Amino acid sequence: MTRQMTGAEMVVQALIDQGVDTIFGYPGGAVLPIYDAIFQQNHIKHVLVRHEQGAVHAAEGYARSTNKPGVCLVTSGPGATNAVTGLTDALLDSIPIIVLTGQVPTFMIGTDAFQEADTVGITRPCTKHNWLVKETNALSSVLHEAFHVATSGRPGPVLIDIPKDVQFASGNYNAPQPSTSHYQPTVKGDITSITELVEAMEKAERPLFYTGGGVINSGPAASQLLRELVGATNFPITSTLMGLGAYPASGDNWLGMLGMHGLYEANMAMHGCDLMINIGARFDDRITGVISEFSPNSTKAQIDIDPSSINKVIRVDIPIVGDVGHVLEDLMKVWKSRGRKTNSAAVGNWWSQIKEWQAIECLKFTQQGKVIKPQYALSRLEALTKNHDRYITTEVGQHQMWAAQYLGFEDPNRWMTSGGLGTMGYGFPASIGVQMGHPESLVINVAGEASWLMNMQELGTAMQYNLPVKQFILNNERLGMVRQWQELLHGERYSSSWSESLPDFVKLAEAFGAKGILCSDPDDLDEAIMEMLNHDGPVLFDCLVEKHENCFPMIPSGKAHNEMLLGDADTQGAIDAKGSVLV
Amino acid sequence: MSDLNLKKGTSAKSAYNLRPNFSDIVERHTLAVMVENEPGVLARVIGLFAGRGYNIESLTVAEIDHEGKLSRITIVTTGTPQAIEQIKAQLGRIVTVHDVHDLTVEGPSVERELAIFKVVGDGDKRVEALRLADIFRANVVDSTLKSFVFEITGAPEKIDAFADLMRPLGLVEVARTGVAALSRGI
Repeated sequence: MTRQMTGAEMVVQALIDQGVDTIFGYPGGAVLPIYDAIFQQNHIKHVLVRHEQGAVHAAEGYARSTNKPGVCLVTSGPGATNAVTGLTDALLDSIPIIVLTGQVPTFMIGTDAFQEADTVGITRPCTKHNWLVKETNALSSVLHEAFHVATSGRPGPVLIDIPKDVQFASGNYNAPQPSTSHYQPTVKGDITSITELVEAMEKAERPLFYTGGGVINSGPAASQLLRELVGATNFPITSTLMGLGAYPASGDNWLGMLGMHGLYEANMAMHGCDLMINIGARFDDRITGVISEFSPNSTKAQIDIDPSSINKVIRVDIPIVGDVGHVLEDLMKVWKSRGRKTNSAAVGNWWSQIKEWQAIECLKFTQQGKVIKPQYALSRLEALTKNHDRYITTEVGQHQMWAAQYLGFEDPNRWMTSGGLGTMGYGFPASIGVQMGHPESLVINVAGEASWLMNMQELGTAMQYNLPVKQFILNNERLGMVRQWQELLHGERYSSSWSESLPDFVKLAEAFGAKGILCSDPDDLDEAIMEMLNHDGPVLFDCLVEKHENCFPMIPSGKAHNEMLLGDADTQGAIDAKGSVLV
Repeated sequence: MSDLNLKKGTSAKSAYNLRPNFSDIVERHTLAVMVENEPGVLARVIGLFAGRGYNIESLTVAEIDHEGKLSRITIVTTGTPQAIEQIKAQLGRIVTVHDVHDLTVEGPSVERELAIFKVVGDGDKRVEALRLADIFRANVVDSTLKSFVFEITGAPEKIDAFADLMRPLGLVEVARTGVAALSRGI
């Protein structure tokens, strides 16, 4: 069906036709016609952020927590360049978002016009795909294709650059059709390879599931299948930062997160396993440690929808290209049809070994004295919120790792964090996006004071839309992770890792009309957290914590999984010259 | 890739030997990449190579199907087998890339390049340049009393050889198109 309308109206119509109900944006000269079209309709709610970076992270939080693509609308030039960090973040974490940017009119492109930037040029390496639309008649098909590309295969961010004259001009609007584009990624895995994996599973003596964000991106059905498979095989399971929640933290087979700040038992199991079943993870350097020592005695299988993830870093013995949900379904079928076999005696011995590692209790800590340990703060937050309908976002740094270690995630899509890019300033706007998608749920951003300040302007957004997001700030007056690395690597010379001139967070909250809570005494913590939870509105929780606490366990740079530093380890000389060049 | 420090055969249980056994030897591969002929597509391909640190030895691009809006990019690249596999996979991820063919591994192929050479000189050198051009089946496409412009087509090695011979005879300027390649047979 074809209808006549302006380009600006097409944008709104396409969003409606694609099922979008919320967008995040910031107006400017080159998107005024689209904002005018938004003004004249009631289908789509526009959330006015305070900075374009906030719009993109909010859209990421919305997308990650709802399994729907997030949408942003920003203006040309600085609007577009401010979106670049969020686009890159979404690219590295495979989050489906659609960013619409205004552009100067087509006849002014290339003249260094006011607020002109080569947006498609700048964003080409940080989007899955992008388009500059020069004709209004082409706009609707590009808009629909953008949704198809962002959400198909390995999800990712896309950008559409729309010159202002294209927004004003009238043209033909076409409703969405099933995509006829060439881009149709493979979702079904090769059954021969799947059978090969099943054979390996039947024989494995020390098997391990290593799961990642791909399970969550594949949708809730994939998480369900994963739980069935883990339950039926009794294999242990660990997950990357991005995959937390796909398998419940309370599950019997859960070893906790693996990687640089992962749990001892998870990393030791990775090192010692004889069959590694990678499901939707990408052998990130935070996971592998030093490549040459990575899980030296295992057969490695990898299920990934992106062929480029296979053999990129780690050579894989059984590669399976396909969507996690589809492949797990076939895997279950094949495994069941062959008699649901595992080497249960050997797996039992494997569990005995794992139980010994678990007995070390690598996350234990002692809260004593009158200073709150960050681990204690998160343990109390966990205890007091775990029965809530809860969503957690984080900023980036020590607090992020502690949150991953001390909070338990029972379901997918409940944990929003910047994994690949490590974007400080992600968590607060992401929490706003999550709350927009889940108005009745408890949304907490676990933050550090330095990260939080990077997008603090979004407190205005939270107030304007009455979004009761809880900002749980572990305030150590330090860039904690930077400080930790300086302690380990740079002779305790704390160059610029000290948060000088911090604001009074309670007054800051009050300046925006929000509630501020200060807590510095462990004995007051529970009551203060309850006060935060009971307040119907945004809360800035300034939790003053131990300033020089290090985040452990830790695999030092350049070391293997079985060379972890535990909490009480002597950290001097833990990283050698070769490791120190790594990030 | 050598900085990955991968040990070969680290695992007795590993089925590495069932898979392509990646070596550290740098190979030269010719890739034919079929792309949608849309603005920016070449920038996407080049940006991929620059951004991920891959090598480009030569690159040619032209539209080959106006109706179907298809262009063919021929890239000659070098890298370890693992790097080459990764290059192909990364090219395949680009939304507007339709197909990636590795002509080096997909069977015999023909590679051709066109080059034009300006050779300035007189006397014996000029005669020798003309004689060698004849041997190489190069055509004279421009001539003055003191110079020739030769046009030559052939495999890159042939053009390299011709350039080596022309250098002492007064070679002053070269323009090469880069490699165009097709698989042999049907």
